[in-house]
Amino acid sequence: MLLAAGAVALAGVIVTRPARATPASMQEAIAKVVGAAPVTPGKVKLELPPLVENGNAVPLVVKVESPMTVADHVKAIHVFTEKNPQPNVVSVFLGPRAGRASVSTRMRLADTQTVVAIGELSDGTFWSDRADVVVTLAACLEEP
Amino acid sequence: MRRAAVVALLVLMLAPVTRAGEIPRAERRSGYDFMGPDTRAMQDDDTANPASLWVLEGEALWSRKVGPAGRACADCHGDARTSMKGVAARYPAFDAARARPIDLGQRISACRIERQQAPPLAYESRELLALSAYVARQSRGLPIDVTIDDRTRPFLEAGRATFERRQGQLNLSCQQCHDDQWGRRLAGNVVPQAHPTGYPLYRLEWQSLGSLQRRLRGCLSGIRAETYEYGAPELVDLELFLMWRAGGMQIDAPAVRP
Amino acid sequence: MASALIRVPERARRGEVIEIRALIGHPMETGYRRTQHGDRIPRDIIRTFTCAYNGTEVFRAELHPAIAANPFIAFTTLATESGTITLTWAGDNGFSATESAAIVVE
Repeated sequence: MLLAAGAVALAGVIVTRPARATPASMQEAIAKVVGAAPVTPGKVKLELPPLVENGNAVPLVVKVESPMTVADHVKAIHVFTEKNPQPNVVSVFLGPRAGRASVSTRMRLADTQTVVAIGELSDGTFWSDRADVVVTLAACLEEP
Repeated sequence: MRRAAVVALLVLMLAPVTRAGEIPRAERRSGYDFMGPDTRAMQDDDTANPASLWVLEGEALWSRKVGPAGRACADCHGDARTSMKGVAARYPAFDAARARPIDLGQRISACRIERQQAPPLAYESRELLALSAYVARQSRGLPIDVTIDDRTRPFLEAGRATFERRQGQLNLSCQQCHDDQWGRRLAGNVVPQAHPTGYPLYRLEWQSLGSLQRRLRGCLSGIRAETYEYGAPELVDLELFLMWRAGGMQIDAPAVRP
Repeated sequence: MASALIRVPERARRGEVIEIRALIGHPMETGYRRTQHGDRIPRDIIRTFTCAYNGTEVFRAELHPAIAANPFIAFTTLATESGTITLTWAGDNGFSATESAAIVVE
């Protein structure tokens, strides 16, 4: 009887945990983009501040070394996070008309974590860089 | 002994009128100085500063005809870049009709009702924030200069009393953090000196532009004190005190803050 | 239409790499926040941003909720010819915005 009552009492309490990406779901999201191809660290430079004042707007810059010619250029840059509620951040599609492979934007970070940027080249290879960021005031999970 | 007492008295009389804990004039620093380089860069570049979006909208609203007489701000005030220069730097200012100081947002709303015969703009509404941001922008770089005279002095003192009074469940006064503990950290963030040089500003925490009143209400809520309603005299008196306290400091509106 | 601020150079030399900056007002509501009553606030974000140069797409971005409110993006493109650079944003709830700027390439 007591156990049943306890169970009912617990059922009345809804503990909602916000969804969280994990390193595993980030790997899954990366795999959707690269398929079975290997991802090699290098050529990509991900710039993020090491410590952010507020996770709501974190400036980030991604650059990829490339001559950006028709024969040899960056097709796309993809950014992922480990611990935001979703792993994808942004994907940008370039090409030889970009002139330079460089993009700058502002992102949200829900926790201290690692951010990964992947560059997709015209020869089908994938390259990456990672950056660790310390966040004291998280985004995504704060109430309005 | 008597001579020492006279000297002491003279020194006290001649000393600048600073109360205990007040930040010496030379040590006053804008909230900008307490931010990291990336947030500062966001503020410095108008094309990257999110507050620019409100300034742009304010510029459009400035020329928009409203009310039965179809009157725009521009019809009376002309080009804001000249007519509004220095205005934000001297608000809150005394309003004879209300026999008390009013802040910039209230002044814009008053014009809207009285001169344009249009419906008032709600506090913290996008339109009011946009117009405030546009007007404040015209004072960028100018020193804060609110008028304290026989009419405004009682309200300044009321604001000062609020600033110095312990309030709320946490029983904290503004002064304890912003005069005594500035530069130290509170929950991962640096405590600024609380000079309103950049209002209305884009606060990363809000993900939006907001007024000084919004910030004050947030602070009051933070110390678990009564948050006065928007437009309450307690808030405007406090605004007047804060602007007076920041007298001479440069306006950097519309700013970005964490 | 939402407020947008773009920066496109007015003139450039042929073959020069120019930088384009775009800022647009949008809450980028993530879909993870709740009201004080506990109800989820539905997702409402900009999903794509494109840049067309005289009608040809030269840059495209796919945005997710992790992009900060009032999205800012800066990128580069080759100044190939005089004409019009058009930036377009599209997203949830039929959101759509366009800004254009003329460029003179000599």
